[in-house]
Amino acid sequence: MNLLPEAETLYARLRERLAPDIDRFDALVGIHSGGVWLAERLQRELAPAKALGSIDISFYRDDLAQRGLGRSRVRASHIPFPVQDARILLVDDVLYTGRTVRAAINELFDYGRPARVELAVLVDRGERELPICARYVAHTLPQPLPADERLELARNEAGLFTLRTLRDEPPTTR
Amino acid sequence: MSHPQLDEHGRLQHLLSLDGLPREVLLQILDMAEPFLEVTEREVKKVPLLRGKSVFNLFFENSTRTRTTFEIAAKRLSADVINLNVSTSSTTKGESLLDTIDNLCAMNADMFVVRHASSGAPFLIARHLRERGLEHIHVVNAGDGRYAHPTQGLLDMYTIRHYKKDFSRLTVAIVGDVLHSRVARSEIAALTTLGVGELRVIGPKTLLPVGLEQFGARVFHDLRQGLRDVDVVMMLRLQNERMKGALLPSKEEYHQRFGLTPEKLALAKPDAIVMHPGPLNRGIEIDSAVADGPRSVILPQVTFGIAVRMAVMSLLAGQGAQA
Repeated sequence: MNLLPEAETLYARLRERLAPDIDRFDALVGIHSGGVWLAERLQRELAPAKALGSIDISFYRDDLAQRGLGRSRVRASHIPFPVQDARILLVDDVLYTGRTVRAAINELFDYGRPARVELAVLVDRGERELPICARYVAHTLPQPLPADERLELARNEAGLFTLRTLRDEPPTTR
Repeated sequence: MSHPQLDEHGRLQHLLSLDGLPREVLLQILDMAEPFLEVTEREVKKVPLLRGKSVFNLFFENSTRTRTTFEIAAKRLSADVINLNVSTSSTTKGESLLDTIDNLCAMNADMFVVRHASSGAPFLIARHLRERGLEHIHVVNAGDGRYAHPTQGLLDMYTIRHYKKDFSRLTVAIVGDVLHSRVARSEIAALTTLGVGELRVIGPKTLLPVGLEQFGARVFHDLRQGLRDVDVVMMLRLQNERMKGALLPSKEEYHQRFGLTPEKLALAKPDAIVMHPGPLNRGIEIDSAVADGPRSVILPQVTFGIAVRMAVMSLLAGQGAQA
């Protein structure tokens, strides 16, 4: 059984781990949705002068034929700085199979050739399907979650973070 | 019976017409086009969403712009695009439409983009695919006869929403040869679905179909009256090639009565936008001073059209294997 630590505590830990290294990066890029909130806050609190971008990986998914684009709204990616030769910190809330990060890296490369891309996440839930690893992690789950359970970040009106788990909807029946 | 473009779950299987297209699906396409617009502004204008898919552009009727924008849209989604023009294909040797389709299915097509002079041809193809059990192959209507041109209607809605936001507060005028226009039919269907505040149709009696009032349209035969206080002017092309008999006295007279000039446009709201599906007949339905003027959004329409077609194709392709 995994007891989820409090998201604000994890955020503080992530910020603390990143703070001494923040000048190794030119820009922060968050992955929609949770990663964008994290990147926004990290940028605001650690490095307001650095560039901030956001990425929606829907167009780079590897399972379009199986799952479609879904009903959730696809947002435009926003990369307001030259990616060419930039040192980029990619930020996401949860690292799981690694497929989202793979898609985000592919997308970044369509804007240019970055000098370096590193990854920061709030929670690593393990069970990678690709050789991807985060340099900055606030918390690693000691045991895997059930595969149909989604773990994601939520943000309340006051801008405070919480972690929540959701069951995937069962497939539609005929 | 449900519309043949929807599957048993109500999801879009083909895009054949905007009549009977649920409002949610229409809005979903418009919402999805927005991020694709961002893709077309990037250094690498391409995303891998349709990689490995084969899109066949089947143009049984000439069209440079529509075919090109569909081709660009498919290529920006990383699909392989095969263009077939009727003049060079085997239909001129007597092959039937459905035989052509069967052959292309045997070449593992994933999507057909169809333009045909006969109304209903894309419906015929969609029904044929269903009968053959080939429901994973999608059909996009790129204009059939006088009936429908759904992607044009969608890109027009995208354009209006981009500049004007809320449809319920708008007065929109469609001007010109509505009788021969599949574009007008798709626009009317979409504007009705989206709940436009007021819909006006303006044109000479001989070029307006009967019964427009049933769609909630106000009909005008005088451009000056009809343009008063409108927010959006949607011009139509005078379709010389589709006209039979003497529907018009002369092009000069048409221009005088129904051509959009700066002086007539001054009757619309000061911030009214002017749209046209192209190609333009300059000096007939629209003056160059208007087409190239500050209210014209004719070229943005073309750019939006690519994003809208990308949205349609990815929505369809994402719905193949999940049922």
